[in-house]
Amino acid sequence: MNLYARRKLLNVFNLTASVLATAFGLFFLVWLLWVLFARGFAHLDPALFTHDMPGPGSEGGGLRNAITGSLMLTVLGVIFGAPLGVMAGIYLSEYGRGGWLAATVRFVSDILLSAPSIVIGVFVYEIMVAPLGGFSGWSGAVALAIIALPVILRTTEDMMLLVPDTMREAAAALGAPRWKVITRVVLRAARSGVMTGILLSVARISGETAPLLFTALNNQFFSLDMSRPMANLPVTIFNFAMGPYDNWHDLAWAGSLLITLVVLGLNILTRAFLRGGNQKG
Amino acid sequence: MKRTLAAACAAAAIAILASGVASAGVKTITGAGATFPYPVYAKWAEAYYKATGVKLNYQSIGSGGGIKQIKAKTVDFGASDAPMKPADLDKYGLIQWPQIMGGEVLAVNLPGIKSGELKLSKQVLADIFLGKITKWNDAKIAAINPGVKLPEMKITVVHRSDGSGTTFIFTNYLSKISPEWKEKVGFGKAVSWPTGVGGKGNEGVSSYVSRIPGGIGYVEYAYALQNHLTWTKLENHDGAYVTPTAANFQAAAAGADWAAAKGYYLLLTNQPGAKSWPITGASFILVYKKADKPENTRAVLKFFDWAYKNGQDAALKLDYVPMPEKVVDMVEKKWSQTIKDASGNPVWAK
Amino acid sequence: MRGWDLGDTRMNDTSANPRGGALGDTLFRGASLVAALTVLAVLGAIILMLVKGSMPALGKFGFLHFITSAEWNPVTEQFGALSPITGTLVSSAIAIIIGLPVSFGIALFITELCPVWLKRPVGTAIELLAAIPSIIYGMWGLFVFAPFFAEHIQPLLTATLGRLPVIGALFEGPPLGISVFTAGVILAIMIIPFIASVMRDVFNTVRRELRESAYGLGCTTWEVVWKVVLPVTRAGVTGAVMLGLGRALGETMAVTFVIGNSHDLNTGLFWPGNSIASTIANEFTEADGEIYTSSLIALGLVLFLITFIVLSLARIMLIRMSRQDGAKS
Repeated sequence: MNLYARRKLLNVFNLTASVLATAFGLFFLVWLLWVLFARGFAHLDPALFTHDMPGPGSEGGGLRNAITGSLMLTVLGVIFGAPLGVMAGIYLSEYGRGGWLAATVRFVSDILLSAPSIVIGVFVYEIMVAPLGGFSGWSGAVALAIIALPVILRTTEDMMLLVPDTMREAAAALGAPRWKVITRVVLRAARSGVMTGILLSVARISGETAPLLFTALNNQFFSLDMSRPMANLPVTIFNFAMGPYDNWHDLAWAGSLLITLVVLGLNILTRAFLRGGNQKG
Repeated sequence: MKRTLAAACAAAAIAILASGVASAGVKTITGAGATFPYPVYAKWAEAYYKATGVKLNYQSIGSGGGIKQIKAKTVDFGASDAPMKPADLDKYGLIQWPQIMGGEVLAVNLPGIKSGELKLSKQVLADIFLGKITKWNDAKIAAINPGVKLPEMKITVVHRSDGSGTTFIFTNYLSKISPEWKEKVGFGKAVSWPTGVGGKGNEGVSSYVSRIPGGIGYVEYAYALQNHLTWTKLENHDGAYVTPTAANFQAAAAGADWAAAKGYYLLLTNQPGAKSWPITGASFILVYKKADKPENTRAVLKFFDWAYKNGQDAALKLDYVPMPEKVVDMVEKKWSQTIKDASGNPVWAK
Repeated sequence: MRGWDLGDTRMNDTSANPRGGALGDTLFRGASLVAALTVLAVLGAIILMLVKGSMPALGKFGFLHFITSAEWNPVTEQFGALSPITGTLVSSAIAIIIGLPVSFGIALFITELCPVWLKRPVGTAIELLAAIPSIIYGMWGLFVFAPFFAEHIQPLLTATLGRLPVIGALFEGPPLGISVFTAGVILAIMIIPFIASVMRDVFNTVRRELRESAYGLGCTTWEVVWKVVLPVTRAGVTGAVMLGLGRALGETMAVTFVIGNSHDLNTGLFWPGNSIASTIANEFTEADGEIYTSSLIALGLVLFLITFIVLSLARIMLIRMSRQDGAKS
C-alpha cells in the first residue's frame, strides 16, 4: 500500500471511530433520558409541585418541599462558592502566574475536586453541625459551596488564560488600572467560560447526596428555615428509591427526571443568554 | 454574568427573609437514626402534624448515626435498632425505650418455589450463611423439605453492605443458634461475612435476591411484601416451622420481659413459644435524661405517647407490631421518673 | 506569559492616574489573594480533621499494615484498606481506559468533523451527560444497566477477552452485573462529558492559521488533529484527563450502587469489589467504636494521598513532556 492510501485509510478509520465515539456518548444520554422519562414522566404533574412528600403507604403526594429546599441549597451553595472560586481563579491567572503559591493552590484545588463528597459532608458536620448543635440548611449550603469551589476555580483560571495577553496589554496601554483590565477586559472576554464553570458546578451540586446527609439532613415537611434541617431532592430521591413503596419509587424517578430537566433547561437558557450578551458586546 | 449574580443575590435575600419569618412559626422536632422504623415514624409524623400542627422530622441515617447524633446533641432524639448497653447509657446520661417491633424474613430466588414452600432449620440457615452448604439440592436442605423440588443451583448469599440494625438483629440471631457462627463471625451492625455479596440497604438486598437465581438474603418483612419476594418458613426456638405474620411477631414479643431488662436492653431474637417468629426485633428511641431543652424533649415525649396510643393501626398497616399496653405504661412511668430538666423537675407528667 | 509579566511594571506606572487605580488594585489583588488562600485553608482544615481522626486507627495498626492488609472485620476490629484501595484504582483506571479515547473521539468530531449546525446540539447533549447527578447514574446503574450488562455484555466479554492468556483471568466472575468493571464503565460514562467538553474547548483555542497551514501542506484531518492540534494543546488535554480522573477517584454514590461492596479481593473484574468512597458512604453512619470510625477516616486520608500521588505524577509527566519539546525545537 502506498503512503497516500495508507494516510487516507488511517484518516477514514480514525474519523469513523470518532463518529462512533460520539454516537456511543449520545447513546448513553438517550438511554438514561429514556429510562427517566419512561419511569418518571407520568408522575411529572402539578401535584409534584403543590404537594409535600407523602408518608409511607399514603396515596399520591408530591415533592414541593424537596424542590424548594434543593433550590435554596443550590442557589446559596453557588452564592457562597462562586465569588470565592472566580476570585481565586483570577488570582491564579492574573496575579500568581508562575508563582509557587498559584501552583500550590491549583494543585490543592485539583485534590479538593476529587475529594469524596461524603468526606466533605463529614468535614462540615465537624466544623458546623456539631459545634452549633443541629443540622441546618446553612451547613448544607456550605458543604455544597466547598464542592462547587474547585470546579469554578479551575474553569475560571483555564478560561481566563485563554484570553490573549495582547488584550491585557492593549487595555493597560490605554491607562486602565489592572483591576479594571481584569474585570472589564479579561473577565468579560472569558465570561462565557466562567459561566460554564459556574453552571458545571450547579450541575455538580444540584444532585449531590452524600454531603447533605450529615449537613442539611432532610425534612419531610415544608420549611424555609435555613437554620433547621432542610428538605432536598437528592436525599429524598435516595430514600424513596430505597424505600419499599411503589408511589415512593414513582416520585423518586419523577424527582430524578425533574433535576435532569432543570439542569438541561438551565444549560440551554444560559447559552442563549450568553450568546445574546456576546453579540451586544 | 452580573445580571445572573444579581438575580442569585435576590433569591438569597428572599431565602434569608423567608427563613426569618419561618423560624417564628410552628414548633418542629428533629430526630434521626434507624432506617428500619423510618416508614412508620414518618407515617406517624404525617398524621401527628395533621392532628396537632407539630412537625416531627425523622430522618433515616442509620442506627449508628442515631446514637452518634444524640450523643452530639444535634437532634432532639435518636433512634436505633440495636439497643445501647446499659453501661453506655449511664456513661452518656441517656435513656432508651422500645417504640415499635417488626420482623425480618429470609428471601430466596428459586425457580418454581413460592412463598412459604421452603423450610429452613436453624442448622441449615447457619450453615448456608457460613458457606458450608453451597448447593440448593444439598441433602440437609432436602431432608427437611420433602416434596419440594430443589434445583441443583449454587447458593448465593446476599447480605447488607452498609452497616445496619437489620444486620445486627440477624447476626445476633445466628450467634444464638450457632456456636460456630458466634465464634467465627459474631454479631454487630456490620460483620466480616464468610461468603456472599453485599447490597446497599434493604432495597439493594431485595434487588440482588430477585436478580440472582439461587440467591438468599435477609430483609425486613415490609420490603419482602412490597417487593413480592419469596419468603421461607423458619424453624423457631421451640422447633416449630412458622410463617412471618404480624401475629407471630407479636407472639415473639409477648414473652419478652421488658421489666427485667436493665435499660430496656433486650433482643427479641430466638424467643420461646410455639408461634414465635425467630427473627424479631424492637426499635429504640434515645433521649437525654437531663434535658437541655426541656420544651423539645417534652414535645418528643408527647409525640411518642401519641404514637403509642393512636399509632397502632398505622403500624399494623405497614406490617409493624405496636408495643403491648403493659410495656407502654411501664415506659411512660420511666419517663416521668428519669427525664428531668436542668432544675431537676420531671419533664413528663401525666 | 512573559509578556504579561513585563506588562506588570507598566501597569504599576500608570496606576496613579486619576481613575483611581492604586487603591482599587490593592483591594482587588488582596481579595483575590484571600480567595486563593481560602482554598488552601479549606483543604488544610480537611486534612487536619482527617489526620486527627485517623490517628487512633493508624496508631493501632501502623500505616503500612493498614494499607497492605486486606482484612476488614468490624467485629474483631481489624481493619486494612487494601481492598478498597485496589477497587478505587482499578475502577478509575477502567474509567480512563474507556473514557479517554471516547472523549477524544467526541472532541475531534465536534471540532473537526461536525457540520456547523450540529455542533451546538451535540456539544450540549454531551455536556448534559455531565449534568446528570451521580445518584441518578447510581439508580440507573443498579436497576437498568447492571442487569443489561450481566445478561448481554459480560458473557460476550468472558467468551472473547476471557479466553486470552494472562489478561483472560481479568474477565471472569459471577453474572451479577454488580462488579468493579460495571463501576468502571459507569464512571467512564460519567467522566466522558467532563473530559470531552474541556478537550473541545481546548481544541477550539488552537489558532485557525495553524490548522489551515497544516491543511495547506496536504495533511489529512486526522494528521492535523494528531500532529498539530494535540501537541499544541497537550497541557490542556492532560488537565481535562485530570479533571475526569479526579472525579472518578472520589465518586461516591454511583459507585456505591453498582460495585458490590464486598471486601474480598479478586483477580476477576466481574467480581463485586469495593472502593474507598463507597466504603465510607456505606459504613460511616453505622460505624460504632473509635477504631472503626477512625479506620474509615483513615481511608479518607488514604484517598487524599492517592489523589496527591496521581496528580503529582501527572504534573511530573507534563513537565518532562514540555522539556522534551524544548529539546527538540
